[in-house]
Amino acid sequence: MSGLFGLVPHLVAGWILLVGMYGLVTSRNLVHAVGCLAVAQSATYVLLLSVGFRRGGTAPVFSDASPHSVVVDPVVQALTLTDIVVGATVTALLLALVMQLHKRHATVDPDRLNSLRG
Amino acid sequence: MTAPDLLPLAVAVPLLGAALFAAVGRLLPRRACDVLVTVWALADVVLLAALWRAANRGPFASWVGGWRPRNGESVGIVLVGDPLGVGLALLVSLLVLAAVVYAWRYFAEPPTRSPGTFPALVLLFEAGMCGFALTGDLFNAFVFFELMGAVAYALTGYRVEDPRPLQGALTFGVVNSLAAYCSLMGIALLYARTGELGMAQIGRHLAAHRTDTLTVTAFVLVLTGLLTKAAMVPFHLWLPDAHAVAPTPVCMLLSGVMVELGVYGAARVYWTVFAGPGGIPAGAVRGVLVAAGVLTALLGALMCWQQRHIKRMLAFSTISHVGLFLVGTALLDAHGAAATALYVLGHAGAKAALFGLTGVLLDQYGSVDEHGLYGRARELRWSAGVMFALGGLAVAGLPPFGAGLGKALSEHAAGDFLGWLPAVFVVTSAVTGGAVLRTAARVFAGAGAVPHDSHQAETRGDDEEPEVRDPGRPVPRPMLAVPAALLAACLASGVLPGLTAGLARAGTLFTSRADYFAAAGQGPPTAFPPLSAPSLAGWTGEGALLGLVSTLVALALAATALWGPLLGGRGARRLRDLAATGSHRLVLPLRRLHSGRLGDNVAWLATGVGVLLVVFTALR
Repeated sequence: MSGLFGLVPHLVAGWILLVGMYGLVTSRNLVHAVGCLAVAQSATYVLLLSVGFRRGGTAPVFSDASPHSVVVDPVVQALTLTDIVVGATVTALLLALVMQLHKRHATVDPDRLNSLRG
Repeated sequence: MTAPDLLPLAVAVPLLGAALFAAVGRLLPRRACDVLVTVWALADVVLLAALWRAANRGPFASWVGGWRPRNGESVGIVLVGDPLGVGLALLVSLLVLAAVVYAWRYFAEPPTRSPGTFPALVLLFEAGMCGFALTGDLFNAFVFFELMGAVAYALTGYRVEDPRPLQGALTFGVVNSLAAYCSLMGIALLYARTGELGMAQIGRHLAAHRTDTLTVTAFVLVLTGLLTKAAMVPFHLWLPDAHAVAPTPVCMLLSGVMVELGVYGAARVYWTVFAGPGGIPAGAVRGVLVAAGVLTALLGALMCWQQRHIKRMLAFSTISHVGLFLVGTALLDAHGAAATALYVLGHAGAKAALFGLTGVLLDQYGSVDEHGLYGRARELRWSAGVMFALGGLAVAGLPPFGAGLGKALSEHAAGDFLGWLPAVFVVTSAVTGGAVLRTAARVFAGAGAVPHDSHQAETRGDDEEPEVRDPGRPVPRPMLAVPAALLAACLASGVLPGLTAGLARAGTLFTSRADYFAAAGQGPPTAFPPLSAPSLAGWTGEGALLGLVSTLVALALAATALWGPLLGGRGARRLRDLAATGSHRLVLPLRRLHSGRLGDNVAWLATGVGVLLVVFTALR
């Protein structure tokens, strides 16, 4: 990839991150907010995978391909997998907190949680 | 076994402990759990102390799983044991030991069925923090960063029955994870540029490129996550909310060392990745981060003074001290790094002790509200009260506390860069120390005027749920012994002569890229600085004098807050009116900014990233 076209994945990743942040800023529901965090995180998947992209490359599995064939970068795929695991952990933990908060506070609207301020 | 072989154990031992407690914790009686986790934490301390001795002879590296670099190319993960990193891991393990001993009788009845949950989480937290301090790989640092983050969210919201800890943990989690994802984007950009993930390798490969938009963007994004952990303005809004509600032993770890790890990470990334050619010019980093540090220190001190919720007050005091640490590190020289390391050490002792004593108040009176507790803790004044006041004096920088020596050395280093920076150190220490002293006098002695309630939007501390529901029992002994030991350690770190010499050398090694590259196998072997290298000055007349000045100002501020409202006369009344107007005009808008809203937190995060991008692009 070269030139302006190579920039597109970066721009897409940046856009997804900003969309996620916008959602977090304006969110009126904590479940939605945790979802927005996951959206923001998908920007990292897009960026990582696009970084390792090779034109004409196949999956980096050499069992049925010649070791000299062009493949995409396996390192970023491993990173993305790790990233997904991290994201799943964080999302699950935060959703559990939201559910508990709903049980105790009977609301998931972040604007109605105002006991911590000043 | 050599030291490099032992290095991965610093992470593996607490991880194994966490797995053990998660698996068999429910089978063990509570007392056995307490003893076992204490022994486990002690074993970590011994291991890291041995590693620290080894690292002081010269940094070394351990390639995990034997994946060594071939011809300079590597896909393995490297752990690097340099004195400052291992020293920080040692501090983590010491604080974990203090926290688990403190927690012995703290959670009288664990909220879950299994008494192993809390020890397991604390050990997992320790593994994350030690791994973050030791890793020499940028992506690995992200993983450890998220590990310690996720465990910290869980520990903050540990008391799931209360709404407040849940809210604090949620804000903490969303903001820190979002910032960590920004860091990961930066790491991906660096990988795109260099094809490497090891910090030293990236640094070496960046030299082949010029500094362009990609480098600057990557630098700012990577720093976002680290500085959010370090609670730099405007990324700091999550910290008071989380620290005010976390269980006390967790607060000791969060304030004592986790926040400081953010500063360490930022400095480590700068020195190894961006300090060379093709990186970010030192002048830009120094200017921007010193300015941000000063802003953080002053804002933290101002907000600290306003609080009546004692834990929240201590949290803002941590923000303000982290601002000072940021200033010290951002001087980008060996002296500043060493002085900051000592300051972090002394601050950890004092701050953890103060949080521990606040836990005693919560345990005995079910409140951490400075106004509500007015004069109620008189019977504890010769035990907890004296220690609380001593903690306040240490925070204010009184010689010969370690926090005082760290402050003296940092302000000396900062004064060499800008003549007025020592004034920031003095003011910040005085205001934060004064707030602690004011609290001590009100709560433990009932001194001064009865505080009146203002009707501002503020967090009160009297509706905290007591963490222990057993009224009338005496204070458990570990809850007083641990703060006493922590204060003694803070004092010792200020008077042990060998410590400053060791840290001076650690600072030199920390700021030396060639030594780090050599240890990580990315450069020619270097002759490490000799053990008899010029040391830090230790206590000087100037440092001790400034420490005394800030302590006196702290005492004066506390006295004014206590007895000022009682003064009669027209002059005093006019001054009070002036102070009220000033606080209304200046402080109230600032307090409103700390709205605790998730959306505001994220908006400020985005603003901060934008500002840093613009500034570093302009200065590159």
